[in-house]
Amino acid sequence: MTHIKTKQGRRAFIKNSSLAGGGLVLGFSWFNSCKPKVAEALAVEIEMPKEWYEINGYLKIGDNGVVTIMSPNPEIGQNVRTSMPMIVADELEVDWKNVVVEQAALNTNLYSWQVAGGSRSISSSWQNLRMAGATARHMLKEAAAETWQVPVGEVTAVGGILSHEATGKSAGYGEMASAASKLEVPEEIELKEIKDFSIIGTSRKNVDGKKLVTGKPLFGIDVQREGMLIASVVHPPAFGMKLKSYDAESIKQMPGIRDVFTIKLYNDDFKKMAFHFTAFNELIVVVGDSTWQVFQAKKALNVEWENNPEVTDTMTMFGNDMKVTFPAGMENSEDHTAKLKDITSSKIKVARKDGNPEAAFKNAAKIIERSYSCPFLAHNTMEPMNFFAHVTDDHAELLGPTQTPEWMEPAVSEVLGIPLENIDIQMTRQGGGFGRRLYGHFMVEVAAISQRMKAPVKLVYTREDDMTQGIYRPAYYATYRAAFDTDNNLTAFHVRAGGIPESPLFANRFPAGAIDNYLAEDFTVDSNITTGAFRAPRSNFIAGAEQSFLDEIAEEMGKDPIDFRLELLKRAAEDPVGEKESNDYDANRYAGVLELVREKSNWKQAEPGVHRGVSAYFCHQSYVAQVLDIVMENDTPVVHKVTAAIDCGIVVNPDAASNLSEGGVIDGIGHAMYSGLTFKDGMPEQSNFDRYRLIRHKEAPKKIETYFVQSDIDPTGMGEPPFPPIMGALANALYKATGQRHYHQPFIKEKQIIG
Amino acid sequence: MATFSIHINGSTKNIDVDPSTPMLWVLRDHFNLVGTKFGCGIAQCGACTVHLGENAVRSCQLPISAVGEQHITTIEGLSENGDHPVQQAWLEVDVYQCGYCQAGQIMTASALLKKNPNPTEEEIEGAMNGNICRCGTYTRIKKAVKKAAEINQNT
Ligand code: FES
Ligand code: FES
Repeated sequence: MTHIKTKQGRRAFIKNSSLAGGGLVLGFSWFNSCKPKVAEALAVEIEMPKEWYEINGYLKIGDNGVVTIMSPNPEIGQNVRTSMPMIVADELEVDWKNVVVEQAALNTNLYSWQVAGGSRSISSSWQNLRMAGATARHMLKEAAAETWQVPVGEVTAVGGILSHEATGKSAGYGEMASAASKLEVPEEIELKEIKDFSIIGTSRKNVDGKKLVTGKPLFGIDVQREGMLIASVVHPPAFGMKLKSYDAESIKQMPGIRDVFTIKLYNDDFKKMAFHFTAFNELIVVVGDSTWQVFQAKKALNVEWENNPEVTDTMTMFGNDMKVTFPAGMENSEDHTAKLKDITSSKIKVARKDGNPEAAFKNAAKIIERSYSCPFLAHNTMEPMNFFAHVTDDHAELLGPTQTPEWMEPAVSEVLGIPLENIDIQMTRQGGGFGRRLYGHFMVEVAAISQRMKAPVKLVYTREDDMTQGIYRPAYYATYRAAFDTDNNLTAFHVRAGGIPESPLFANRFPAGAIDNYLAEDFTVDSNITTGAFRAPRSNFIAGAEQSFLDEIAEEMGKDPIDFRLELLKRAAEDPVGEKESNDYDANRYAGVLELVREKSNWKQAEPGVHRGVSAYFCHQSYVAQVLDIVMENDTPVVHKVTAAIDCGIVVNPDAASNLSEGGVIDGIGHAMYSGLTFKDGMPEQSNFDRYRLIRHKEAPKKIETYFVQSDIDPTGMGEPPFPPIMGALANALYKATGQRHYHQPFIKEKQIIG
Repeated sequence: MATFSIHINGSTKNIDVDPSTPMLWVLRDHFNLVGTKFGCGIAQCGACTVHLGENAVRSCQLPISAVGEQHITTIEGLSENGDHPVQQAWLEVDVYQCGYCQAGQIMTASALLKKNPNPTEEEIEGAMNGNICRCGTYTRIKKAVKKAAEINQNT
């Protein structure tokens, strides 16, 4: 039976109880109802109704039975625009063929967590989406019962058809939609039982598929409007610099250029949320008639830059204030590495300690110590940053790709001097997110530009702007130590992890809880290079480091790497070390994915010539284990196959979830193997794909198989969890294939290896 | 500025732009054909791939002055009803994640299959290697190219 977790949000849940029959009853009230502006049919073949009847903020039903379902969250490639409406449709009991999906605008009264972040789109809206569908189903049944003068309990709803068996009456949803829309929203409704799901758990194709393969306008960069101007910005070439002066006249006469000026994104006293922040507050703006003309003019602009002083800024992050220091000066990658390696003890903080690790290390018969590192990374969404705005005297319309419309609204309001309620933000489909579009400075920029130009404006970044603007995945460093006694038992475990500017440590994750003497410490190094969340923040490094180190421990102990992990997890499940509840993970579910991947990869019987590495990790409430197979071809390691086992609770859309698993695997191999952003004198040394290496087609695994643990648990994260562990599986397989351990990403730089 | 007559997706369009303007921006800003995507602007990612005659080319590096009488086909003109075998295969395999790179992938794949209707796995990898997919849909792309070859052979 489904586990219900009632969330306190803008929508109040009045009560929550179970029916004797096993169904679920939920009481709630809708505070608001949404009136979408654009009714756009996404499934082109469907015939549109003459009249729509709005049942609640998530859906409306046409007089011909076609249903429009709103997808509230930003679509960045995680496929929520298909999977979120599937949940509504299942509870509504409508044929998926009769569903059209519409992107909802930002509506903080109606929807909660309209964010693409933390792999939480599905999990945070799971109950709301189900209730939206179930409420509508209930109201349709009530409308039929009233029309036919029969008890509502005798009316059934299946596949968009309402029927009453005793009288033989039946009607399509379209026929009852008008009556249903006039009914009061019920106080209580029954949700389906999991076993009765007919859409959830079945693979449904991407609702935008046909538009994608025919090149229809879907993305922010595709927005066109009557009278629209194109803008682009110029930011300092190096971190630690700001604008000194520029010569607008040098480019104003160029063809198609309308204006050249500067904007400031916020005044010094503006209380910034961490997501508003950017390294470059003052920017030069070039506005013109077409993109190419604007890009050309930018290149020709004469600018002088000067050094920034040290800045300390206060920012809020989910209600907590924090002080952040950005030192003065131009930074270099060599200095970064040195600072991470030679961290002074005064900067190290203990995050967790169990038992007596100091004594265990002192008395150890043997100690192994290994250090791991990774560089800064640029998100490099395939669609560069862009946004559209049309600002008038008292109103602002914004449209484009953003992962956090709600969090950016205050900064837009501030820069324009227009109240929040007059700011209207809509989302397009987005050419990738990976965390980059959580930081929406570009929304503030385009709003300010449109206000100044008194015209609709689309802001477009070049790839170089996008890659050199900041908000990178931090550079991380971790040193692990393990102590063994004379019988080669593992007696203590120590991790010291840090980064620029944040630590990647999760002190309470595995193997915490599985080892008696455990010490986790962290440290940070300040920098003026701005960083931000990058797909599975912190996990995206620490998982690979930890899983590589566990591999070495297992080898040291002469144990099979899966058996060794399972032994530790058994300990964590049966007799966990540490305070009760202090361990973040569920050891049994963790073991479950390892057992599943062992079976599905046929772990014990690898084909001859196949070198295998395993890894398993928990993040975003989901568990992923992966086995990666390498075959040496002409002395070069080639990734032949990856087998993944995933426990993410109920899987809404299995084939789409497999696609995310495949993407996570390829993304993880790519970044661990090839990518990195380095600095010289504050300047990124890579600014486009000629020098910044992303994984390419040939380097991807030949085959990826994904298996899901059958589960009745409410859905947990899926966009991020498959990404971090594969880096460990890759390093471990490379060791088996080449005899060489890989500690420092990108691995390609450690030795000339290309898969 | 200069006037150009461009054969595109079966029709001819006239346009007055600077001769150095890349076709990518002519398509997107002037012809309102935004299916062709901007990814890097330096011929490294393949997002802007179109057909020039029968060849897959990077439109970000193709100045309008170099087009002449050659025909350009964009994703919008690949088929009338979106049912080119490559488009069918893409729909069947449900290749895309964010989808941004896919127009370029489809244009590269359709040019490959025109020249080589039955490519080996290695030939597919070779032809598709210039198209970056940041989301990592490469295994699905390969599967869809093979499927498109099959569809071609059965029709
Ligand atoms: S935009 Fe032309 S190859 Fe990248
Ligand atoms: S599907 Fe997102 S870049 Fe390829």
